[in-house]
Amino acid sequence: MAQIHVENLSKTYRVGVRDPGLGGALRGLFHRRYREIAALSDVSFSLERGELLGFIGPNGAGKSTTIKILSGILRPTSGHCDVDGLVPWQQRIAHVARIGVVFGQRTQLWWDLPIGESFALLRDIYRVDPSKFATRKARLVDMLKISSLLDTPMRQLSLGQRMRCEIAAALLHAPSILFLDEPTIGLDAVSKLALRDFVKDLNRTDGVTVILTTHDMHDIEALAKRVIIIGNGKLLRDSSFESMRSEVLGERRLIVDFAGDSDDVAIAGASIRARDGRSVEYVFDPLRTAAHTLISRIAAAHDVVDIRVEDPKIEEVIARFYALHGAVES
Amino acid sequence: MTALPYLAILRARFVLMLQYRAAAFAGFATQCWWGGIKIMVMAAFYASAARQPIDLAQVITYTWLGQGLLGLLPWQADAEISEAVETGNVAYERLRPVDTHTLWLARAVAARAANTSLRVVPMFVAAAIVLPLIGLGAWRWRMPSSPQAGALFAISIALTVLLSSAFTVLLNIAVTALKTRRAANLAPVLVSPLSGMIVPLVLMPAWLQPFLFWQPFAGLVDIPYRIYFANLTGLAALAGIAAQTLWIVLFILAGRAWMARVMARVDMQGS
Amino acid sequence: MNSLSLYLSFIRNCLRAQMLYPTAFLLRFGSQFVITITEFGGLYALFVRFNHIRGWTFAEIAMFYGVVSVAFALADTTCRGFDMFGPQFVKTGDFDRVLLRPRPATLQLMGFEFGFTSLGRVLQGAIALVIAIALLHIDWSLAKVFLVVWAMTGGFALFFGILLLQATLSFWTVESLEIVNTLTYGGIEAAQYPLDIYANWFRKFLTFVVPLGCVIYFPIATVLGRNDVAGVAPWIGAAAPLAGVAFLAVAFAAWRIGVGHYTSTGS
Repeated sequence: MAQIHVENLSKTYRVGVRDPGLGGALRGLFHRRYREIAALSDVSFSLERGELLGFIGPNGAGKSTTIKILSGILRPTSGHCDVDGLVPWQQRIAHVARIGVVFGQRTQLWWDLPIGESFALLRDIYRVDPSKFATRKARLVDMLKISSLLDTPMRQLSLGQRMRCEIAAALLHAPSILFLDEPTIGLDAVSKLALRDFVKDLNRTDGVTVILTTHDMHDIEALAKRVIIIGNGKLLRDSSFESMRSEVLGERRLIVDFAGDSDDVAIAGASIRARDGRSVEYVFDPLRTAAHTLISRIAAAHDVVDIRVEDPKIEEVIARFYALHGAVES
Repeated sequence: MTALPYLAILRARFVLMLQYRAAAFAGFATQCWWGGIKIMVMAAFYASAARQPIDLAQVITYTWLGQGLLGLLPWQADAEISEAVETGNVAYERLRPVDTHTLWLARAVAARAANTSLRVVPMFVAAAIVLPLIGLGAWRWRMPSSPQAGALFAISIALTVLLSSAFTVLLNIAVTALKTRRAANLAPVLVSPLSGMIVPLVLMPAWLQPFLFWQPFAGLVDIPYRIYFANLTGLAALAGIAAQTLWIVLFILAGRAWMARVMARVDMQGS
Repeated sequence: MNSLSLYLSFIRNCLRAQMLYPTAFLLRFGSQFVITITEFGGLYALFVRFNHIRGWTFAEIAMFYGVVSVAFALADTTCRGFDMFGPQFVKTGDFDRVLLRPRPATLQLMGFEFGFTSLGRVLQGAIALVIAIALLHIDWSLAKVFLVVWAMTGGFALFFGILLLQATLSFWTVESLEIVNTLTYGGIEAAQYPLDIYANWFRKFLTFVVPLGCVIYFPIATVLGRNDVAGVAPWIGAAAPLAGVAFLAVAFAAWRIGVGHYTSTGS
């Protein structure tokens, strides 16, 4: 029985249109025209308990809209959705008691209060049993390394510190689902790694279902086995990332640093993608020619300093996918 | 051909103003409401009365003048400067190649003038023109009592603009000195009663009159309005104008002295 | 933790945050108090000159004034979240967070901020009432005391309703909501006087549209024994504050429509 079930979800907005210029402004006083925007069209998917899902797509594709509907703060135009048997926007209070949401750009903590006080307030709001709360809070504080921050008011924290406290705050009431909306945005490299490790741990050990929206492809690489791609309001792909990679951009790269300058570096079974002095980047189809075959061929013909085999970067795969599906930023 | 860019600016401004029409209308409606209530209350008081220093018609004009010229009053420090102080950018004020006090004074004058010229027109149209047209002439905003009164009023109200601006600069300096816009919070506490906006000063008890006449805020509302309907004439009117001038000079001198001390600190520390 | 304890928790935290800057706090409390006392002083000065307003004395006006001041100030203190709803929650999108918490939105908004400094106005209203009671010679009965409290309650409900309507409007537009001040501050200004001094149309407006007359004028006129002037029988005067509660109920209905609109169109 799926924990999250989404069926034919659609959301259309009516936006007022005003003609440009003075004439348009005057006309706008008397007669408003409207344009319909389909933010989501017929999106369907399900999620089992404990899954970790990555949600990606160009800006304006409909990711935030889906998250808002799933969390219950937005009503769809049509379609059905239930989470743990509840319809989010209809049974709001019961539903939100079971979920945690982290918005990358906004905070739910109180500006002037020390973090510990904010946590206490959340305990009261979510009606968490005090002893269970104490244990849980201690564990989260330890895992996220924020014990030194508990007496500091939120406005004095750096972005990385804020995000760690934010995540702790979202988990204090032991939700079964965690929504992360662009959580690594603006964080430095160390914080990003720490955050990814934490989320992976949380998902594996506690079995918390995680839905992650992000533009940072390394988040996806590190965390999400399963990826849903939204473009122009439509669900374009729902699969593991690896299967998409091999379908969309199945090639591999071979980077060779030659010992000497050589004009003819062509190799059967691969084509040259780029060249920079003594470094040449080949591209090949692994299904037709195995990497080790190519390596032997090159080594036999030339003196070589270094050889690397790489997959195309994840951003390239995604960009190619968007291009193939005409998914553009809107 | 050279007019094109200016026409473009004008057109952009007009489009912008159309967007603010809701806010402007709301302000106008609010002031009509306030004026209306005050007048109804005063009319009820006057129904009982023996002779008073000013009659009901004058109180009505006083009230409409107050609403129409509300933009002249110094309720708070300059918003831009408050913002600059709180973000620490106020040091940039010192980078301009002009005397800072004069700069702030000019800014305050411009703000008062701009604010008021927009508000007074619809208020005047409604209270001086429309009311008589719909048969409520008894409640209208009356014209100055005589050409002399009108001329003296013009002088007095010009002084009001200066007085209000000089006081606003003092508020700005306070905000800069204390680094928060809250430093100007006492302004409405002083301005509201002492200018005559709550109750015309002349209706206050007789023993308070000398103090009320010579305190600085009388020049913001009470003195010019009483000149307008000739409650203050001849020498009394000139005394009022003298009082206004006196306080303008005092505020400016105090402002310059205070600013020198505050800005010395700003120059050194940057904020 | 039940709703009341949570609300008290919110207030405690608010107090703590405000007490971080004690001088600023005292200054604001003080200036609120001084401003309202000055207005009251202006009122007194008018009576020194005019003696009465259409037959009503200073003490009687002070009673009207005290009741409406306290009613408004209590609403102003507790409903800050609604007063600042537009800029604080709609414009910023923070209302989303309110909806993401498993508590009614109203409870969260009332707990958003407790206007301690507005207690200056409550104090001033109480002083006006004390002066009024000292100067008047009313035959106090339990019923009359209850009626005064009931009038304040109805007034509180009415002002709460006005602020709620203002908050509801901000779902559609964040501009030009200061016009609602005509009903809140303008309401105090208008309701501190007995409504019979006003023109007919205004009196009707303040009875049937924004029922300030029902929550202040009728019940207090009844307490003062001036039903003949007010034109209502004592039992109507006693029941009239219900209009404030009814107004609040209507405001809540509008609020729910507003929230529905917000959840349909997003932020």
